[in-house]
Amino acid sequence: MNLLEVENLKVSFPTRSGVFDAVRGVSFSLGQERLGIVGESGSGKSLTGRAILRLIRPPGRVSADRMALGDEDLLAMSDKQMRAVRGQKISMVMQDPKFSLNPVMTVGEQIMEAYAQSRRGNRRERRQKTLEMLEAVAIRDPERVFKAYPHELSGGMGQRIMIAMMLIPNPGILIADEPTSALDVTVQMQVLNIMDKLVSERGMGLIFISHDLNLVSSFCDRVLIMYAGRVVESCRADELYQAKHPYTQGLLNSMPRLDVPSERLSVLERDPAWRTAELDDAS
Amino acid sequence: MTQGIVIEGLNVWFGEHADRVQAVRDVSLQVAAGTSVGLVGESGSGKSTILRALTGLVSSWSGHMEVDGETLGKRRSLAFYNKVQMVFQDPYASLHPRHSVDQVLSETLALHKLRDVDRRIVSLLDDVGLGRQFRFRYPHQLSGGQRQRVAIARALAAEPSILLLDEPTSALDVSVQAEILNLLSDLREQRQLTYLMVSHNLAVVAHLCESIAVMQNGQLVETLSVADLRAMKANEPYTQQLLKSSMGYVRSDEVADG
Repeated sequence: MNLLEVENLKVSFPTRSGVFDAVRGVSFSLGQERLGIVGESGSGKSLTGRAILRLIRPPGRVSADRMALGDEDLLAMSDKQMRAVRGQKISMVMQDPKFSLNPVMTVGEQIMEAYAQSRRGNRRERRQKTLEMLEAVAIRDPERVFKAYPHELSGGMGQRIMIAMMLIPNPGILIADEPTSALDVTVQMQVLNIMDKLVSERGMGLIFISHDLNLVSSFCDRVLIMYAGRVVESCRADELYQAKHPYTQGLLNSMPRLDVPSERLSVLERDPAWRTAELDDAS
Repeated sequence: MTQGIVIEGLNVWFGEHADRVQAVRDVSLQVAAGTSVGLVGESGSGKSTILRALTGLVSSWSGHMEVDGETLGKRRSLAFYNKVQMVFQDPYASLHPRHSVDQVLSETLALHKLRDVDRRIVSLLDDVGLGRQFRFRYPHQLSGGQRQRVAIARALAAEPSILLLDEPTSALDVSVQAEILNLLSDLREQRQLTYLMVSHNLAVVAHLCESIAVMQNGQLVETLSVADLRAMKANEPYTQQLLKSSMGYVRSDEVADG
């Protein structure tokens, strides 16, 4: 059975010049896999992730025909029940650790707090779990980092701490919204490696939201390509370079490539028909 | 007299005594006139700091810096800014939110004591592919790519021969990045510009530049040509690691811990 199923998800925001439809009918399912969602800024990829966790505040409106977490209906849940889902069953890692960690609380306290949400247990036990988790995300000196404040750590460490915090309740699904784009390439690889292991070892489902096509095609199993609030194409990640949709091809061609030098980069011509055309599913 | 940029034994530091951080250590670099050199490395490796020291935005430096034969001291002359201009990373932060495009460009032209402001603004906008209908717009009415075009027009206003580009496309989507990179190569051809470009993206640097200088911890690790880079012929392990990471994610434990 799929971990998560979403059918016809819509997100809209009322503006002075009428209702703006940011996500217009997105459907997908997630199994124990790495699902990539790519698209440019404004394509609705982050809002899709947030809508699943009901993190879109009024006046924004979310509707869907169906949103199911296993056999539970996410749409029918009360806010209280949703709070039990967030962090426990579905976690989310945001782009920039600088804005997501509490600056006046030590790293250890924050992770312990996340653990206490799901399980009882005495302080020693929680501390022990936290240290183990820090080790699991490849932090070499957990004792020191436990006592540190977020500003004393580098961006890459901050991101790994975010991941540790999100994973300590052992969620079934992790939504990672541009988790590595604030990081240097070498650190990026470490963070991806950790997430990769979690998917293969714990059977977690991962939704990986990114604008980096190269990265998604090498890291994920399956990719959804979003344009103007819709999924225009879905394909296997390793076949992304053979994508059929002109938008996907345009995006791929506009990237400079190390292995294929080109005099001029081709510029993406946007076809208004992409906004409305039906999705022909390739996978 | 050498044309272009000559940097010899450059050291840059921030803070004093116990707080002193050595951002750039003994870097020597040359950019001949009409060529383009890319500076790559991780954040904190000192690549942007070199540009800031060149333009006079950082005053705590030692060593020798020369632009078109003029040795740089603690202060920069007006003539210097007619030769060297800089484009910054974030077009959302580098434009004044309450100044229209017209104000931004006319102020710059006035600072450089240039006449014929009206004609120059129109031709600058044409040069960066914006057109005159954008002249009286404010930054919030422009997209990221259009803002970066305004920032490039502002840099070109003084008719410089050298442009310092600090991650000019990293805040933009790939399709917009392609437009800006094409614009930069067109401008270089039309105006015989010299580029010194900082980026963390090897593919972007390789597209625009002929040679690449790799930095790590404030030091210059290696300089190599783009042809060598594309052939993956890097000597230093750090450069090889950068190259490998830029090719995408490698499954399993092949990625070194560190």
